[in-house]
Amino acid sequence: MEAKSKKAVASRLCCLCNLRRPVLKRPKTLQQICRECFYEVFEEEIHQVIVQNRLFKSGERVAIGASGGKDSTVLAYVLSELNRRHNYGLDLFLLSIDEGITGYRDDSLETVKRNEVQYGLPLQIVSYKDLYGWTMDEIVKMIGLKNNCTFCGVFRRQALDRGAALLKVDKLVTGHNADDIAETVLLNILRGDIARLSRCTSITTGEDGPIPRCKPFKYTYEKEIVMYAYFKKLDYFSTECIYSPNAYRGFAREFIKDLERIRPRAILDIIKSGEDFRIATTTKMPEQGTCERCGYISSQKWCKACVLLEGLNRGLPKMGIGRPRGVNGDHKMETKKPGSVAKSIESKQCGSLDF
Amino acid sequence: MACNSSGCESGCYDREKDNGSKISVEDAVAGGGNQESVCVKCKCNEPMTFGDGGSDDGRFCAECFRNNVFGKFRLAVTSHAMITPSDNVLVAFSGGSSSRVALQFVHELQIKALKNYEASRDRSLPVFGVGVAFVDETAAFPALSTETVDASEWIRSTVSSLSPPAKDLHVVPVESVFGSDSLDARDRLVKLLDSVPDDTGKEDLLLHLKMLTLQKVASENGYNRLVVGSCTSRIASHVLSATVKGRGYSLSADIQHVDARWKVPIVLPLRDCVRLEITRLCHLDGLKTVELACRSQCGINDLVSSFVALLQEENPSRECTIVRTAAKLTPFYFNKIPETDDSNVPMATQRRLKRFNLKYDGSMTTEAFCPICNGPLNRSDSSDLDTFEEGQEADVLYAACCSSCRFQILPEDGSYLEQFSSFLPDHMISQVKHQKVDSQAHLREKIKDCLLLDDEEVV
Repeated sequence: MEAKSKKAVASRLCCLCNLRRPVLKRPKTLQQICRECFYEVFEEEIHQVIVQNRLFKSGERVAIGASGGKDSTVLAYVLSELNRRHNYGLDLFLLSIDEGITGYRDDSLETVKRNEVQYGLPLQIVSYKDLYGWTMDEIVKMIGLKNNCTFCGVFRRQALDRGAALLKVDKLVTGHNADDIAETVLLNILRGDIARLSRCTSITTGEDGPIPRCKPFKYTYEKEIVMYAYFKKLDYFSTECIYSPNAYRGFAREFIKDLERIRPRAILDIIKSGEDFRIATTTKMPEQGTCERCGYISSQKWCKACVLLEGLNRGLPKMGIGRPRGVNGDHKMETKKPGSVAKSIESKQCGSLDF
Repeated sequence: MACNSSGCESGCYDREKDNGSKISVEDAVAGGGNQESVCVKCKCNEPMTFGDGGSDDGRFCAECFRNNVFGKFRLAVTSHAMITPSDNVLVAFSGGSSSRVALQFVHELQIKALKNYEASRDRSLPVFGVGVAFVDETAAFPALSTETVDASEWIRSTVSSLSPPAKDLHVVPVESVFGSDSLDARDRLVKLLDSVPDDTGKEDLLLHLKMLTLQKVASENGYNRLVVGSCTSRIASHVLSATVKGRGYSLSADIQHVDARWKVPIVLPLRDCVRLEITRLCHLDGLKTVELACRSQCGINDLVSSFVALLQEENPSRECTIVRTAAKLTPFYFNKIPETDDSNVPMATQRRLKRFNLKYDGSMTTEAFCPICNGPLNRSDSSDLDTFEEGQEADVLYAACCSSCRFQILPEDGSYLEQFSSFLPDHMISQVKHQKVDSQAHLREKIKDCLLLDDEEVV
């Protein structure tokens, strides 16, 4: 372990307040601090991120993407707390997406319903079944365990926008934390996606789309979020999605965990690198139009969700996966039987965060 | 661009194709009995099998394989004007496989040039000169002194076997950046490295010192190009480790074919070859190599190497994709061969340089560089040097460095920083002063046309 400072013996007192006994080592800085100081420094850093990046305006209606997991629960808790403490003047809501994953989503939705009561924030639930006519369970039955993350991610993005429209909110916040963004930077390098690489470190995205969304936890470590939830005894659902083990993101995640052990600040350094990469502005934005089928924002003739749905409905699960052929998917190309899953060559699209 | 997709046989595919497929070889084989015993390129010779478990084994014959690798080398050299007839080229040789191949290929180019020279009537195009440099790191790794002595003996005999044309060999201890007094220099090197608390920082600092050593040897002996054998695989690791160390801004400077930040420009002719090809070529041509134990890495660098190895197992073309992505980052103005005094450059070369638009205009905006790693500084996060007008040398050093070097190389404590600063080679310290003076001049340059008075003292 490369410890920079010369600490020989654990100090008897919290190194921030020098009053109380330290009970934890802060993952970001390795400082030994007491509980109260941890809460304070955790909340204050997030407040500074919100203020310095001008994430909100007074009077805005803001939906919090709530999955029932630790990130969104802590986000809901901290945001309502900061909203009160610093008078942001925001109208907060919880927005939850039901992908239809038995044994995972149905349990986590119960948690969100409890959060609604605990934090006093109105809840809206939007389901894939209602929006698209398919649950993730049904999708996985058809396409198998590779590329299912692609479907879920694409569908969720639209689902959040539609839910936000139902709530008539001005902004969406999500609980993406520093670890998530660092993983995304690495993934985009590994997979050659320079356009996404230039966008993925932005704290606010989609300003020219239906609903802008921001990530107040951009510089917050996942470990610290867990620590906060643990000490505050917040109610959250802690299981990983049952379909996720095959995601390519797993490689990046393992690497970052190892990295954090040697040098905790590396997570923030990856984000900094992502922000500093010299990428020509011409590569940044694809041309924006609307989907011919559903009217959603899209850079192609049909939006990705419509392409994927079309594939599902026609029993052509590979449609929309891998590189597009011709103009937005030449349907004549696919000749596979419905439900066929075994493929000799699969492209690795799982785990892409389409932000 | 890493991996000319037409010639690359390392298994790397364009995004057009589905990746990670070894299936296509089997598919081809399944098609006809005869196909498996013929080189897929020339379709006449028997394909080589290396039996190393790598991709594309048993597809190409020895000749086509070799031509492919040499072809990539030669394309890089000609399209970036890396080596021209009037040049004097120093090849950095570590004994490892990449630099061995670089040396071999440069030697072959030189032989060809010599043959052409002797055959031509007017002898208009001179043959470029080649020298070899080996940096002795014994001072930093005393436990390896016997191994290093053996290695330099072997290197000496290898270089003398690459003759004619004869090549000078320069074996330089890494501490020679501090001066010629070897005991004093050695001592200073050890003190400098010991004062770096972070293991990765120590390793990186040693790399920077090695580069300074090579630059010193090159400029003192009249070389005007430094050939470094970095291959695609090494660059892929560098992309990830730079990202992880917060060096995203300067990354694009390090990974191009040409790096002319330095007094003696560095060229990377093997940038488009993967390590697998290079080791196979060494095997094929019987090129001996030596791997000194000090090459092994620690900390972050080691973690990144293991990560890349893991990714490669999962998909053999991952290194190529990583480098291809990084190649899309905007390079710097110094990533081209610099403007030369045209009177010394043959007409043919001048025409080629103009055609490929390879010269850069030296009077363009200069970047500020970190005195330790020589990385271009992102203006937005470099400290204001002027606030350290009357400050200690150490404070000025701190302000002048990039944030990555500040964290992993500079000691935290004020007094340790002073000491560290005193151990640094003079060249790095003079960079600090140079940068400080430069920033004021740089600002003045920008607003010159709006200044009413010439007197600089008037604020």
